[in-house]
Amino acid sequence: MPAKKAASDSAPLHRTGFDWGNVVLHILLPLAGVLVALLIGAIMLVILKVDPISAYGALINGAVGSVSGITQSLVKATPLLLVGLGICIAFRANVINIGGEGQIIVGAIMATWFPLTFSTWPGWLLIPVTLILGFLAGAAWGFVPGILKARLHVNEILSTIMMNSIAQQLMYLLIRGPLMDPAGVAAGTFLAQSARLPQQVWLPRLIPQTLLHAGAILAVLLAIVVYFFLWRTTLGYRIRSVGLNPDASRYAGINVPFYQALSMTLAGGFAGLAGVIEVIGVQHRLLDGITSGYGFTGIVAALLGSLHPLGLIPASILFGGLLVGANEMQRTVQVPSSLISAILGLVVLFVSGSAIWSRRWESRRKLGSQDEEEKS
Amino acid sequence: MNDIISTGVLGGILISMIRLATPFLYAAIGETFTQTSGVVNLGVDGIMLLSAYGAFYVALNTGNLWLALLVAMVIGLLMGLLMSFISVTLKAEQGISGIGLYMFGLGMSSLLFKITIGTVKTIDGFQPVKIPFLGDLPIVGPILFQHSIPVYGAFLLVPIAWWVLEKTTLGLKIKSVGQNPAAADSLGINVDRIRYFSVCLGSVLAGIAGASLSIALVNLFQDNLTAGQGFIAVALVYFGGWNPWGVMGGALLFSVVNSIQLWMQVLGVQIPSDVAVMLPYLLTIAALTVTVNRVRQPAALNKPFERGES
Repeated sequence: MPAKKAASDSAPLHRTGFDWGNVVLHILLPLAGVLVALLIGAIMLVILKVDPISAYGALINGAVGSVSGITQSLVKATPLLLVGLGICIAFRANVINIGGEGQIIVGAIMATWFPLTFSTWPGWLLIPVTLILGFLAGAAWGFVPGILKARLHVNEILSTIMMNSIAQQLMYLLIRGPLMDPAGVAAGTFLAQSARLPQQVWLPRLIPQTLLHAGAILAVLLAIVVYFFLWRTTLGYRIRSVGLNPDASRYAGINVPFYQALSMTLAGGFAGLAGVIEVIGVQHRLLDGITSGYGFTGIVAALLGSLHPLGLIPASILFGGLLVGANEMQRTVQVPSSLISAILGLVVLFVSGSAIWSRRWESRRKLGSQDEEEKS
Repeated sequence: MNDIISTGVLGGILISMIRLATPFLYAAIGETFTQTSGVVNLGVDGIMLLSAYGAFYVALNTGNLWLALLVAMVIGLLMGLLMSFISVTLKAEQGISGIGLYMFGLGMSSLLFKITIGTVKTIDGFQPVKIPFLGDLPIVGPILFQHSIPVYGAFLLVPIAWWVLEKTTLGLKIKSVGQNPAAADSLGINVDRIRYFSVCLGSVLAGIAGASLSIALVNLFQDNLTAGQGFIAVALVYFGGWNPWGVMGGALLFSVVNSIQLWMQVLGVQIPSDVAVMLPYLLTIAALTVTVNRVRQPAALNKPFERGES
């Protein structure tokens, strides 16, 4: 009997093939959630005496109505994808990482301090070293709540939220102090931002005259890497098995706390990378609001992408577009972009609420396959 | 300088400690009910934000503070119903749905604020009420007995919550569905109904917590007014070991650190304010770490209940 149980537990770990039930559950259901959330947003706008058609029209036009809109959507999709990859790894181990914001910030701090300090290094050396150091900084920020959860059972949701606030204050401390732009100090403006980074560390632009930078390609490549990591390596297999059934994993000799801490550390690393990309790809300096809420939106993207690295690519592009469109909506028809934050919240509620149907469907299918086994 | 520290400042620190503890108490006592029934509601901060906005809007436009408080409670109730539907009826992963509720409250309160109010305005909130005799006592009087009604309410809530949880049938039912829902179910207790009640009660109290900020303590509304206080309140429930008195101890400890931090800035003590602002968050992590294995949490915490599932 135990052998049979183990077999049925590990079955979903191996299944990577496509079937139509999966398409409905993991693509159509989440998309329906987004549509319903947008519909509720429209009803809210009507109540607030704002024309929803012109608001959403401006949103769509802003996101996909021009080359600049499309490239900006991709620029915003890039950090969402990176943060979401980390969220995927953590959630697969059943570790909930709400600390994306803080991890982005420490990655961004590293990506500012290092190139400013070693500003004479050539770009071919400076860029990869900065990326690696930013990854490590984010990983360290994820390691703390990860190890606290794994070893001491400290609730990781609360500890990561506290780590966010700490990182935020750390950034304020630095951009108002040691990292403050000397030009701002000299001019007497004292803007709370760092100096501009040396040009050789700026990520190359993919399309001239647009913001689209090489980080987008890096993010897509990493999505493929994470896919292989989770489904084709022993480490990835163990992370997923810890998430699916920690007790069975423990009996199978898997060091559960290690993989929980590892998944949170990797999640932090990817968020840290998102922070690096924002600094060396887009802003070229450190300033308040560097995260743009990507730490939270990345969670929504990961959920919408069914916690699958490849599903995340379209999901992050969708949300990147929504964020760009929201700014345009705010600019042209004066509807606050916080509407999108409310809609994202509803998406999370719907996606997490609709999981009941996928669970029921999975268990029905499991029962079905058991019946077949018994017949044969 | 020594004089100020020995008398005025110490008194000032304690007065602000009592005031700062108020929203934590409402939210954390509410979450104590919610979690005792086995549900983690991480959306407390979102509920506080939307309720704080609702209360402020009503107070600004009608001047009726009690009506404003009522509106905050209704907003809390509605968001509580949404949370219970998703986490109890649909049995969703509670950590995720709570974050969804938070994001919704954060975005919606900001949207409504920008459209209906626009700029930061202040109102005349609940005024301090001096309690006869007690309020005239030296030292103790100003610290404990010259506050506004919502502040007294928060501290009165502690013994009431303790009594309900420990001494009433309702409290026993709430505990039983949080410890062993299957056993409670077999004894004829409606697990879902008790959990709906507990989540909604917690959310109504979170609504009052939000209102206590916007119409009693700071008397204004702005984007992200709570700045994560709802999350700290959830942490205080762990810290307090699911016991209202423990939660109060945590809220006071937390508030005194915060109020010392504020006073240090007022007095110009030479530490950067950003470091001082970090203290409460570091303290929360430390408190979670120190207390996490001290008390047994409700056995069915964070576990949806499904009949017939062993």
